Amino acid sequence: MNDNIWILTSADSIAIATTLILAALGALFTERSGVLNLGIEGVMLTSAISAFLAADASGSIWLGLIIGSIVGAIMAAIHAVLSVVFRANQIVAGLALVIFGTGLANFLGKPAEGKTVTTVILPLSFGPLSDIPVIGPIVFGQDIVTYFALFIAIVSSLFLFRTRPGLELRATGDDPATVDAQGLSVAYIRIRYTFIGGLLVGLGGSWLMLAQSAAWHQASTTNGLGWIALALVVFAGWRPNRIIFGAVLFGFTLQLPFTLQAEQITIIPSAFMQMLPYLATLIALIALSRPGGRNLLGAPKALGTPFVRDER
Amino acid sequence: MKMKHIKGFALAAVAAMTLAACGGSDDAASDTTAAAEAGADYSSLKVAVVYIGVPDDKGWTYQHEQGILSLESELGIEVKRVENVPEGDEAEAVMEELAAGGYNLIFATSFGYGTPMARVATKHPEGCFQWATGAKFLLTAEMGGEYATFGDIPANLGTYFGAAEEARYLSGIAAGKASPTGKLGYVAAFPIPEVIRGINAFTLGAQSVNPDATVQVSWTKTWFDPTIEKEASESLLDAGVDVLGMHQDTTAAGVAAEARGAKWVGYNSDVKEAAPAAWLTAPTWNWGPFYVQTAKAVAGGTCPSDEYYGSMADGMVTLASFGDSVDADTQALIAEKAAAIIDGSFAPFTGPVTDQDGNEVVAADVRPELLDLLGMSYFVKGVIGSPKG
Repeated sequence: MNDNIWILTSADSIAIATTLILAALGALFTERSGVLNLGIEGVMLTSAISAFLAADASGSIWLGLIIGSIVGAIMAAIHAVLSVVFRANQIVAGLALVIFGTGLANFLGKPAEGKTVTTVILPLSFGPLSDIPVIGPIVFGQDIVTYFALFIAIVSSLFLFRTRPGLELRATGDDPATVDAQGLSVAYIRIRYTFIGGLLVGLGGSWLMLAQSAAWHQASTTNGLGWIALALVVFAGWRPNRIIFGAVLFGFTLQLPFTLQAEQITIIPSAFMQMLPYLATLIALIALSRPGGRNLLGAPKALGTPFVRDER
Repeated sequence: MKMKHIKGFALAAVAAMTLAACGGSDDAASDTTAAAEAGADYSSLKVAVVYIGVPDDKGWTYQHEQGILSLESELGIEVKRVENVPEGDEAEAVMEELAAGGYNLIFATSFGYGTPMARVATKHPEGCFQWATGAKFLLTAEMGGEYATFGDIPANLGTYFGAAEEARYLSGIAAGKASPTGKLGYVAAFPIPEVIRGINAFTLGAQSVNPDATVQVSWTKTWFDPTIEKEASESLLDAGVDVLGMHQDTTAAGVAAEARGAKWVGYNSDVKEAAPAAWLTAPTWNWGPFYVQTAKAVAGGTCPSDEYYGSMADGMVTLASFGDSVDADTQALIAEKAAAIIDGSFAPFTGPVTDQDGNEVVAADVRPELLDLLGMSYFVKGVIGSPKG
């Protein structure tokens, strides 16, 4: 029964969710510190092509993932410098990062055009466990990065709500003045978590490239997943454990149009289904870019606001 | 590659309107070979090509680049390439610059270049302009173009394209033979005649070796999106198909098939290395001979202004090399059919052909007219899915 299309679709959805979990966690860490980085899509693209080039040159998929993650962190660091050090408008800086990242990725991607990744990340083998009805393919049919993403999401939740550094991070996003009064550096915390966020976004982009996409095709490699990740953070209420469910739901929605086609279910037009995740994203992004909307959604209270000590 | 999209719709419109006015347009160019064999001096020839993409895409533009390379080596000339040219005003500016710079033979590899190319051709009657995948009658006012009548379209403009359905049929034979279940899948870009024709030819080819074979279609509504194409491929594989055909510009379907141990028929280029175990074969293009003969004609003083529709017979349409899993018997069968297509004794859509609803759309022993093929909007029996997308 494990060749049932709905079981296999669920397994595919979890695979697609991996990129979203990693990218959304990256965005979450960044936003929890009070920095809004709308440039996720650009960061993911640059990471994806870096991962491709590194994996292609070295023959090692792991080196690809590492390089891609580091490049993601570097890209995010640009945003951190602009928004924390120079106190630039974070929305403008984030959008600039999308454009810069896309352009840079296309430039770097020139030699990769038409090439296929030869080393592919394969699902782990759990022997007979994979044959368990229903949960076999869904739970025991994924690759190591997918399990890692789930693990990180759970650990992040514990970190954020059960540890002192997690408390500091949340406080920095909600009330930087108090953190400052405690003698902690708001700027340092924000830069650190924007950087860590970039690392996770970069891993998400790299995995997407090497495990899901398998060939570089310019901006359509990420196809808006960076934007969806941003929306996911909003829908998850800035809570890591909810990101897992949101990502799987979005992953399922992204896969569903094709499953419906394959099953000859034509009640819902597939174009409408394909539009849904982006429509949800659009609504979330509109809310996210308005201060009133941010408060309403329960965003970190200082999200998007540069911290200036003198204004206290 | 949005222009192929537009092209398809335009061709649909063309066929819908039947276009009695230009019934002769489907005659293949015949006068292009005659000229310019005499002198081997091509110093007067300055050739440029306008690409929609990049020559390394291992797809559409890559195949054109191969043709341009063979033109360069055969005539010993250097061709000017302009890559990544967007359609519309920018294309016109690029072509104007080329024409003003003395390039007297310009190829443009995308449908959307038609109007800008025609404008530049009008301004530069001394040059020769060739529009890939185009159709000149689309430039008439009747079709929403800029020219009052067909006769007003500049005579120094020609078009070129080809019958990919011939190679699609042959690749369908390989697919039918490779499928133990008889359940094939097809990852398709847009529900337009060019794609529908390919799906039908593929299906008929598969059914020629397995009459019960079915082809399940998944529309991606994109030419060029590896992620979406891979998702569509996976859904088809989830549904139980064991061979994937495709009309897409990336190798995503092949990568998906490879990961699941399924088989794959590619398109555009011979890219076995993308999915070595899955690879069966692929319909591909060979633009070289057309480029060479056109350049020779222009050097001889003639600008071909036909609507050139190539085929396997003239070599514009070809079949890529076979994968290791394609056995000798299948290869022999395909070679036999290919020979019949080339010598004209067989055509993929020779009747009787019935559509999905069981209506006879092509009567027994009849070959459809080219315009009927160009406007094909039905699926043949055995295709699962809707030709409306």
